[in-house]
Amino acid sequence: MSQLSCPECLAEIELDAGTEANEIIVCPDCGVELEVISLDPPVAEMAPMEAEDWGE
Amino acid sequence: MTQHPTIGVLYSRVRVEEKWIFAALEGRGIDFDRLDDRETFFDFANPEPWLKYDAILERSISYARGLYSVRVLNAWGIPTVNTANVAEACGNKLTTASALSQAGVSQPRTMAAYTAESALEAIESMGYPVVLKPMVGSWGRLLAKINDRDAAEAVLEHKAVLGSYEHSIFYIQEFIEKPGRDIRVLVVGDEPITAIYRKSPHWITNTARGGEGEICPLTPELSEICHRAARAVGGGLLAVDIIEHPQSGFQVNEINHTMEFHTAAPTTGIDIPNLIVDYLLAVAKREIQVL
Repeated sequence: MSQLSCPECLAEIELDAGTEANEIIVCPDCGVELEVISLDPPVAEMAPMEAEDWGE
Repeated sequence: MTQHPTIGVLYSRVRVEEKWIFAALEGRGIDFDRLDDRETFFDFANPEPWLKYDAILERSISYARGLYSVRVLNAWGIPTVNTANVAEACGNKLTTASALSQAGVSQPRTMAAYTAESALEAIESMGYPVVLKPMVGSWGRLLAKINDRDAAEAVLEHKAVLGSYEHSIFYIQEFIEKPGRDIRVLVVGDEPITAIYRKSPHWITNTARGGEGEICPLTPELSEICHRAARAVGGGLLAVDIIEHPQSGFQVNEINHTMEFHTAAPTTGIDIPNLIVDYLLAVAKREIQVL
């Protein structure tokens, strides 16, 4: 199981099987949105802030 | 044309929809490039790196990035799903309203004005309550239900002073007493394939704002208005949002060109990712002409 560290609160987060690069996850400890920027090694950084033109 | 088309998927972040689409492509053994719009650039003197693509699926979360990307790609002759013309017709509410009006498709009563004064005059002539919407935006953001003149004056002034110039192009819509729900219809080509109710006690029923999905029968009347709405904006992979007006019946509220279906897929049981891949491959193989 891959594990990475939350850059905000340093919590250790287990990645679900099937997690994709660029997927957004939520830190279970502090609740921030993180973007998984690498799977090997597992690394996450703060997800981009929502912009005005985001949507569908 | 190769037997196996070369596919690109332009995206910003991997939502559940992108995961499902990637899985559908991989499940069918289709090679594709993941094109992160944050790393993408276009050299107008050298389109060559892009010309290998038989089709590109545009899934940018940013309307501007998606629109400009497909505008460039289409200019280079690369088919995209959806095309720039469709993205432009759907992504800007004033453009959507114009296209629906041209096609005679029923929509909520809508007005546009350029100054706070003329917008106030328009609102007063429409009667309260009204809804002010940004021309570009999604997920129910920055919608304002205006119940009286005091609120109208305040919100119009705030938008004019605090917003970018686009927020001073006032898009005004009648407030419709919905039956606690609206309808989302997924369209492939210009054919409706499935529909869900989006239920919420809040007047904003978007699932991004907590609205819950429930299967909705795709009646001939509902299919017909969605078919006409899709044609009005150029067709493609679309999500048509329908309001049930208590007097006028079905009205097209908006049309989404990079549709999310995280609620519709599990609610309906329809394999939407594979339908998207089917359409994408048909475009790549020129079985469907989009340019």
